Amino acid sequence: MALTLYALIQTAVLCTNALAVLHEERFLSKLGWGVEQGVGGFGDDPGVKAQILNLIRSVRTVMRVPLIIVNSACIVLLMLFG
Amino acid sequence: MDLPHQGYRATKSRARAAPPPAGSVLFEDTSSTAPAMNSQGYYTPGYDMQGASSDMQGGPGAGNMFADPMANAAMMYGSSLANQGKDIVNKEISRFMSVNKLKYFFAVDTRYVLKKLLIIMFPYTHQDWEVRYHRDTPLPPRQDVNAPDLYIPTMAFITYILLAGMALGIQKRFSPEVLGLCASTALVWIIIEVLVLLLSLYLLTVHSDLSTFDLMAYSGYKYVGIIFTVLCGLLFGSDGYFVALAWSSCALMFFIVRSLKMKILTSISSDTMGMASSAKPQLRLYITVATAVFQPIIIYWLTSHLVR
Repeated sequence: MALTLYALIQTAVLCTNALAVLHEERFLSKLGWGVEQGVGGFGDDPGVKAQILNLIRSVRTVMRVPLIIVNSACIVLLMLFG
Repeated sequence: MDLPHQGYRATKSRARAAPPPAGSVLFEDTSSTAPAMNSQGYYTPGYDMQGASSDMQGGPGAGNMFADPMANAAMMYGSSLANQGKDIVNKEISRFMSVNKLKYFFAVDTRYVLKKLLIIMFPYTHQDWEVRYHRDTPLPPRQDVNAPDLYIPTMAFITYILLAGMALGIQKRFSPEVLGLCASTALVWIIIEVLVLLLSLYLLTVHSDLSTFDLMAYSGYKYVGIIFTVLCGLLFGSDGYFVALAWSSCALMFFIVRSLKMKILTSISSDTMGMASSAKPQLRLYITVATAVFQPIIIYWLTSHLVR
């Protein structure tokens, strides 16, 4: 299997897109993975589920604008060069 | 960025008489000459230009390179431009990664490299796996054989690529593109492994002092095993390949488990001391064991197509 750096970049963009489209109200809250369930006890140790929810929320917040730019660039490049 | 400079100059001026202060433990000069370096001493490419230009500025007409004064002025201007460009590049690079931290990983010497290679291929007799500290900072690899370094992984990676080219050439399947493909495949696997390790360490809130470079170092040590395996496969055929694969897999698994056990399993968790959290040590053990088990798989994956 020949993995190139380009494949890695594609994988990263696709995974980040997948994390960014998880909608807060319509999906995550119904699953019990909403924002209010993430910050559990204010004790020391967050726990795995809280960390995952934190990660999803921060990816959504931070990567929204860069993802728009990167996706537009990918669309244009794929249209031009196939 | 000023502190390492001053520490370096202080070491130089004392001529290695007393033990250097903690900041400059890295830059103890092991070479025999003590050149009179100027303030940007260890950016060696620009050294000659700076020396030449300062000479020309100091003495009027003493040691002019060219008879034409226009060429002199042009050379001075060019060297000052080069210095500015160098400063800008250094500033930009030090924004992304700490160059000082990177230099820690390349502070190796021959004795360390030999001992470390021996430990990687035969870790069963090594007793003490603790990474030694010097007043809260880890000792550089020159003084502590357990410290991770990036020199061995880098060299092993490049050697692996060259060996892969040679192996494919022996099978008459060589072409220059294949070399680049092999290099990028191996690089992508390193990146994937480091990212997965970082993600799992973050999710389990393991507060160890494993930085990204540490993880890159530990996942680069497998290339020593890979080189050994490919060499045995080339020299002794398919049987030798599998024997060497088994040997280096066991050695690498032992090495990784012992090295990471110190850092991950005994790291200070944010739990209170009273709660004997039974889930946490198990999950950390799973991470360590999963990392170890991943090594033989990736060794087989990266080398099986080279030794048919």
